Amino acid sequence: MPQSLFLKFLLQKSIKLLVLLGAVALLSFFLVSRSPIDPIDAYVGAAILKISPEQREVIADRWGLDKPPAERFFCWAGRLVRGDFGISTIYNEPVLSVIGKRFITSFWLMLLAWSFSGVLGFLLGIAAGAQEESLLDRVIRLYAFTMASTPTFWVGMVLLTIFSIELDWTPICCAWPPGMSAEETCFWQRLHHLLLPALTLSLIGVAQITLHTRGKMIEAMNSEYVIFARAQGDSTLGIVFRHAVRNAALPAITLQFASLGELFGGAVLAEQVFSYPGLGKTTVEAGIRGDVPLLLGIVIFSAIFVFFGNTLADIIYKYIDPRMRRMAGT
Amino acid sequence: MFVQLYRIHLNRRSRTLVTVISCLALFAAVFLGAWLYGENGEITNLQLRKLPPSWEQPFGTDWLGRDMFARTLKGLRISLMIGLSAATASAIIALILGLAAATLGKAVDTAVTWLIDVAIATPHLILLILIAFACGGGAKGVIIAVAASHWPVLTRIIRAEVLQLRSSAFIHLSAKLGRGPLWIAWHHMLPHLLPQFVIGLLLMFPHAILHAAALTFLGFGMSPHTPAIGVLLAESMRYLSMGLWWLAVAPGLTLIISVQAFDILGNSLRVLLDPKTCRE
Amino acid sequence: MLKVENFSVSFSYNSSQLSKKQVSAITSLDIEVKAGEIMAVVGQSGAGKSLLAHAILGILPRNAHTAGKIYFKGRSLTAQRIKKIRGKEIALIPQSINYLNPLLKVGTQVARAARLSGLKNRDEAKQAAHSALARYLLDDSVAKYYPFQLSGGMARRILTATATVGMADLLLADEPTNGLDALAAEEALGHLRELADTGKAVLLITHDIESVLKITDRVSVFYDGITLEVANTSDFTGKLCLRHPYTTALWAALPTNSFTSPPSQATTPSNGKTGGCPYHLHCAKHGPDCADELPRMQELRDGLVRCHNA
Repeated sequence: MPQSLFLKFLLQKSIKLLVLLGAVALLSFFLVSRSPIDPIDAYVGAAILKISPEQREVIADRWGLDKPPAERFFCWAGRLVRGDFGISTIYNEPVLSVIGKRFITSFWLMLLAWSFSGVLGFLLGIAAGAQEESLLDRVIRLYAFTMASTPTFWVGMVLLTIFSIELDWTPICCAWPPGMSAEETCFWQRLHHLLLPALTLSLIGVAQITLHTRGKMIEAMNSEYVIFARAQGDSTLGIVFRHAVRNAALPAITLQFASLGELFGGAVLAEQVFSYPGLGKTTVEAGIRGDVPLLLGIVIFSAIFVFFGNTLADIIYKYIDPRMRRMAGT
Repeated sequence: MFVQLYRIHLNRRSRTLVTVISCLALFAAVFLGAWLYGENGEITNLQLRKLPPSWEQPFGTDWLGRDMFARTLKGLRISLMIGLSAATASAIIALILGLAAATLGKAVDTAVTWLIDVAIATPHLILLILIAFACGGGAKGVIIAVAASHWPVLTRIIRAEVLQLRSSAFIHLSAKLGRGPLWIAWHHMLPHLLPQFVIGLLLMFPHAILHAAALTFLGFGMSPHTPAIGVLLAESMRYLSMGLWWLAVAPGLTLIISVQAFDILGNSLRVLLDPKTCRE
Repeated sequence: MLKVENFSVSFSYNSSQLSKKQVSAITSLDIEVKAGEIMAVVGQSGAGKSLLAHAILGILPRNAHTAGKIYFKGRSLTAQRIKKIRGKEIALIPQSINYLNPLLKVGTQVARAARLSGLKNRDEAKQAAHSALARYLLDDSVAKYYPFQLSGGMARRILTATATVGMADLLLADEPTNGLDALAAEEALGHLRELADTGKAVLLITHDIESVLKITDRVSVFYDGITLEVANTSDFTGKLCLRHPYTTALWAALPTNSFTSPPSQATTPSNGKTGGCPYHLHCAKHGPDCADELPRMQELRDGLVRCHNA
């Protein structure tokens, strides 16, 4: 794969990302500036009755709220480009630092759920697609279909009730035992707290990849090259593994990477149910409590995250499929 | 005789018809039930607090002694209405944008495509939160958020469909034979587009309803006047640790069944109407 | 080696009135192929002859129903038997590279065909693949290509290689000249003749009657689901000893002959409903009983024909 062509691809993607981020920034700033929620009220919160109009003016001035929206946008965008995402009003910390810390917590959750649902979904999809209309296929399809209509947070609540409350096998909330700090908890305790949220995300995530893989498997099993393989005397099992799986694998992997956006969304809900202090829960807090800088920062960050996933999917699709490689100019 | 009748019509097509009718019957039941019985969910009875499901109260009672079955029915109706109205609005936006992109020239097409790219650049739930925040929350915020974020997929489908139609041989032939663009649009394109649109709309309902429920669960649509399922579930979180599992399980199950019914309805109609599969 | 008697293939589908209907693709097919011989099944596109190869190999889709008898090497070819011997004693040369897996290198696929034909040892299979490619003058580097990288002629040779890498005695060649220019077509057909000359039986399915006459021994003429005539290749040369009016018309329609307008193919499958000869509406020698009674297969001048007025 010629270096120059790949670098050109990366460059094109980077430009696309910047343009996209610009649009997202513009759109989100516009939306946020239209919110009837007064940021000062939200910031001050309970102490709202105690502050005087003069104090309000000081805050407004500091945040530049008295300037017209366009000027505020360019001010904010300018700082953004330099890496300054502002200060979170809830945590009183730089937004980037809040996002960074919370993202790492979420990262392990998402990674666990993503890997598990990817592998399991693929296997279930193969089993279902290899023998269309068999009992196994029907059961798997029923499961995937049902899961697609099930709210993530409800699954979380059910799991919480069964495993944490009734059976007392897993903790009720948080990423580490309450009272302890992140540094104090060991790996196994962390894992223990990760289990249910990850399981919640996985149970739902499996559905999409299972159905997609199943579809590709069925497509493969009905293709002309499978007919020929049968004519050559290949057994069904041989056909499934030699041909169908190979041809279904690439689309499945591509989908997994393209579904990072969905994963993030699911994490928001799962973290809310389990009070897991990740980026998802932080987003909700920022929204409810009107922490504009943090909310905007998270929007930008999530856009980068989704773009990253889509680009990886694109790379896999373009450079691993031999047919595409030829079109990409090898 | 009934058995004979059923055996004759056991093929896939008639089974699908039966499925469609059953789904519609289910929705009718929900709306009727909520209309007839829903208000009972407002009656508090402190002597019947926190009761698990029984014959008198199939879904149990909550911490204020309110009948959960009635509350669930009312909540379901509210959630469905929010989801349906938001989805319909979204579908109309998708239709307009899709048609515009495919028929008003390259500039408009590029603009719409780019707009779609921006709309799907962030995770869907994040965008929903952002828009709900921008609208100040409340049920209104939830509806606007869902309506404003579900159009991308359907827009793409409609755009692709119209583009394909425009370039297809029989349309060109029709134009060459002297038919005006409006006639062609009405007689040729509409029969192709309408099924796609209706099915797309139906399949949008599950997503809209679920997303609306998610938003209200997270707290963005909170209002005691609109106890949608999401609100019911959010409130029940507090009582889960006390073992009042029915407060969450029952409303959730009814939501799942309703959403599934829409999914099944949409997919069944698609099988019936898609020329490729209607002969199976 | 292969004998097909009164074979029929029909498909069931859901009609618009909520009931199942059947459509007949092949109504009555009779074929015999001997070792060392090339028998061509000739007919217009859409006549149902391509299904024949799939039917023999037992790989028709689920909604297909077959009737009639197939004998291979003297014994009846049951569903069980064909499952055991396909790829080993009977091999298919498919129409196009669409029948190859697009994600696997062609060398691997030929080696796989070798293994399926009975060579259990991986190295032996690789060797066999290598020699099969060499036999068709393909360089070793071609083995590393993917199907989409092959040119028309190379593709044809690879497809032939997959069938000949083993020890099959009966080869089914489905449209071997499909999409090839005259030179490549001649080369492909030449390969088939070589294979027949080594003692294999070749069943060749095609619509290109002109080219294949150069290599075939006998020709079976197929029209609207029914075998109308079984002729020898010599019947097509010089004195023109053809039996069925359709065959005569078909021959006359060729550009190199009198180029007269061909008889139009029935646009819908007759479903065997008419009961009579399927060609009677266009036939020059059409007689009173042609519409009602399907003629029996009779011997005539060292060939077979289904006609009341031959």
